[in-house]
Amino acid sequence: MKRLYNSPDTVVSEALEGMALTHPELLRLAHDPTYVARVDAPVADRVAVVSGGGSGHEPMHVGFVGPGMLSAACPGELFTSPTADQVEAAVRAVDAGAGTVLVVKNYSGDVMNFEMAAELLAADGVETETVLVADDVAVEDSTYTSGRRGVGATVLVEKVCGAAAARGDSLAQVAELGRRVAARSRSLGFALRAGTVPATGRRSFELPDDEIEFGVGIHGEPGRERRPMEPVDALVDRAMAAICADFDPGVLTGEVLLFVTGLGSATPLECSIVARRAVRELDRRGLRVARNLVGSYMTSLDMLGVSLTVLVLDEQLAELWDAPVHTAALRWGA
Amino acid sequence: MAERLAATDVTAVFRGFQQAVQRDRDLLTDLDTAVGDGDHGTNLDRGMRAAVEALDATPPDTPGAVFNLVGRRLVSTVGGASGALYGTAFLRAAKAAGAAPELDAAGFAAVLRDATTGIAERGKCAAGDKTMYDVWTAASAAADAALGDGLAAVLAAASIAADAAEQQLVPWQARRGRASYLGERSEGHRDPGAVSSRLLFDCFAAWAAA
Repeated sequence: MKRLYNSPDTVVSEALEGMALTHPELLRLAHDPTYVARVDAPVADRVAVVSGGGSGHEPMHVGFVGPGMLSAACPGELFTSPTADQVEAAVRAVDAGAGTVLVVKNYSGDVMNFEMAAELLAADGVETETVLVADDVAVEDSTYTSGRRGVGATVLVEKVCGAAAARGDSLAQVAELGRRVAARSRSLGFALRAGTVPATGRRSFELPDDEIEFGVGIHGEPGRERRPMEPVDALVDRAMAAICADFDPGVLTGEVLLFVTGLGSATPLECSIVARRAVRELDRRGLRVARNLVGSYMTSLDMLGVSLTVLVLDEQLAELWDAPVHTAALRWGA
Repeated sequence: MAERLAATDVTAVFRGFQQAVQRDRDLLTDLDTAVGDGDHGTNLDRGMRAAVEALDATPPDTPGAVFNLVGRRLVSTVGGASGALYGTAFLRAAKAAGAAPELDAAGFAAVLRDATTGIAERGKCAAGDKTMYDVWTAASAAADAALGDGLAAVLAAASIAADAAEQQLVPWQARRGRASYLGERSEGHRDPGAVSSRLLFDCFAAWAAA
């Protein structure tokens, strides 16, 4: 199979080198352990915001490092959480003494490694607060699972926490805002074709031409349900129904932020077609899409599919969303 | 038969474990592809290679120091749940072993108990969740039960119990870890972490039988 890799073993490291070489004004790449930090970190008197996770979801998280968003990102191996040392080193590099918010997607590996890092940092007097993102409605949240996966809402949490930190909010305030975004967001994704794992050159699961994985994860794990393929409008309606039904009664009113992310192989054209239906469907439900983000911001290698996220806004969250941001993948007002 | 584990013996066991993981890397990865994200074999292989390299570079002089070095290398090279869980297990083992120059049957059983508790605390998992913890807790219980018969018997009993526990899990539904996202679809699959844990206990038993 033809791919633009020199070797499956160097996919992550060479992509990181590429990011550092093309954004020298923004990013500093550290090795042993690996992390990517803002060149100007630590920023005096400001809370730091650090995230990380397995690679393969680019531009998340490294593409979101910069003023107004992340202070540092810890990229793990493909689809593998970063190690505790990576997180610890990244926090030490960017913490200005005002504390650090850790944005963690709810996967066993991520949770455990960030927790180990937080323990090591606490032992040394570095204060951290963890915001756990678990927005995927495809996974039942019960005592019989590891809880919901963190997906699209992660990007929204990182943006809002970064904006709150930039304006000078305290550690507790930044964490509270991050938790508010996480609590008010719901997501669902579906895939028409799985991503290709570089090490094996194989798709992580096979789908017949007339079937989709509905409620798919972003690590190549199969979805909750395999369904017949339908026209895109019907798929979006089905996803929106699942998302909207999951909010607690009374929460889903007024203005919302719609986030549509392609999962790697969805074209901008397809993302717009998905967004078109999603806006109309939310409108039909009496909600106003006051903010939106449409494009490929959280991917799963070359998976063909999309993930939809709805965040119920309030005045403060909208203001923090609009605040300036300057990163490789998101930039406005700065 | 050897009745005490010295640093060189524990190192030999980890060398065996590294070879077993390397040999079964594709099996572990295939099992993980079915229920998770398909990286258990490659990740653990990378971590154990790094651990053995570290053991070669600076051979530790107590069993506790061996566990500590392996635990630290796994924590810093593996990532994912397996890095945190195996890393925590061996770091707890190191603490339990302390500075003792050798481990006898009681010493090994105590090390295994603490390592197992570490896995439960780090993974927030319980018996029956269909994770590596089920294998460790079965091995630990068997080791405790065989205490009076000496170290070789303890290691053999732990290995037999680990093998049985791993097989017993197969029809169950996973309740922790990424496999739990599959719900009922996880039934009938072998748990990759349980299989790699079983390899470790087999290596301890093989050392005792050699």
